[in-house]
Amino acid sequence: MTLAVRVIPCLDVDAGRVVKGVNFQNLRDAGDPVELAKIYDAQGADELTFLDITASSGDRETTYDIVRRTAEQVFIPLTVGGGVRTVEDVDRLLRAGADKVGVNTAAIARPELIREIARRFGRQVLVLSVDARRVVDQDRAEGAGTASGFEVTTHGGRTGTGIDAVEWATRAAELGAGEILLNSMDADGTKDGYDLEMIAAVRKAVSVPVIASGGAGKVADFAPAVGAGADAVLAASVFHFGDLTIAEVKESLRGAGHPVRL
Amino acid sequence: MTAKSVVVLDYGSGNVRSAQRALERVGAEAVISSDFTEALNADGLLVPGVGAFAACMEGLRAVKGDRLIGRRLSGGRPVLGICVGMQILFAHGVEHGVDTEGCDEWPGTVEPLRAPVVPHMGWNTVTPAEGTVLFAGLPEDARYYFVHSYGVRRWEMDPIEQLRPPKVTWAEHGEPFVAAVENGPLSATQFHPEKSGDAGAALLKNWIDTL
Repeated sequence: MTLAVRVIPCLDVDAGRVVKGVNFQNLRDAGDPVELAKIYDAQGADELTFLDITASSGDRETTYDIVRRTAEQVFIPLTVGGGVRTVEDVDRLLRAGADKVGVNTAAIARPELIREIARRFGRQVLVLSVDARRVVDQDRAEGAGTASGFEVTTHGGRTGTGIDAVEWATRAAELGAGEILLNSMDADGTKDGYDLEMIAAVRKAVSVPVIASGGAGKVADFAPAVGAGADAVLAASVFHFGDLTIAEVKESLRGAGHPVRL
Repeated sequence: MTAKSVVVLDYGSGNVRSAQRALERVGAEAVISSDFTEALNADGLLVPGVGAFAACMEGLRAVKGDRLIGRRLSGGRPVLGICVGMQILFAHGVEHGVDTEGCDEWPGTVEPLRAPVVPHMGWNTVTPAEGTVLFAGLPEDARYYFVHSYGVRRWEMDPIEQLRPPKVTWAEHGEPFVAAVENGPLSATQFHPEKSGDAGAALLKNWIDTL
């Protein structure tokens, strides 16, 4: 037997509340991340990801509280990302009960952070989040292209960095990232499917697990991402709005010949 | 019947709270502690561990955890190692070419896993040893949550005629590696039962029932 493809729902959390609309019936509190985490666990999610988008640092305490309460009630792995800047931030999240921590912008600004986190806690806790987009032809003409044709962005995809996304993933894995969460900013929100070329390009370049993110809209979107080389598939709104269930996604993956945990 | 008491050894490594909660979920009375006497007297001792082998051994020695494990085992008192908490029970760990001495309860070396994608991260199946107690009642296709870059690729303990042979459970990622060991009072899993959903809970319950 082989390792199962992981299906991972992602919840955006702001000051302790789930922000993107969530449409579950019989839910006591649709905005409570802990309640949702329990439901996804019961539905067969293989892991959970919380993306903390809390702007004010004063509200960060609520994040730790959410993580703590989730870890007490949910017995599958929990990744928490968003606003993680220092080794101390990682330490606090792990102590609160996170199993893995996602790092994004802070590592772009200072790649050494990856090494510091890996050295202190081991690479298995560190998920490097890469928000990447395709470089458009005009950028190329102006000499702003990247070798792979994919560029790292910040600020939710609005700001280009000029950094080659494939090279960045490679470097991050060398520095100590245990996993790459590859989010296509072009595909994100389109529901047109994952960016398969981007997944394949990063898969070819790194030997750590790759999580595909951005673009899932229908059940048939997931197997191609795995075919392109993803070890795990992450989605948010399709699960939250009840368009798809975890079980449907797993069934379709299994039908395509990919091992899943049922 | 009173609840079985378990100490989750607190030596600066591992998600001790998750382990504690998972034990409570299956009816044990679990406390997080590094107190030698308390850990010696509990019905069961759970040794967690994540990260580097060398760092875990250093942390373990700092709370005399290696002696504690040895002392418990000589009295036939159950110990369960999880993830790196299993790895440090072996004689050696090799990371980046550096060999670190482990607790040496079992011969063997913890080495880098050879697989196309490492860390081995996610849910995998195992081939339980014959006569296993830990996996009793669990379906053959049950999956457990693994996250590790190192493993024990060879079981090196020679059989001793007078002793019952340890039960060794294997898993595969690129190549076979030791997924669990049951050896008298000493048990261990490479995967995380505390993060393995219902299957993990059933396994912990099986262990608690032996206490």
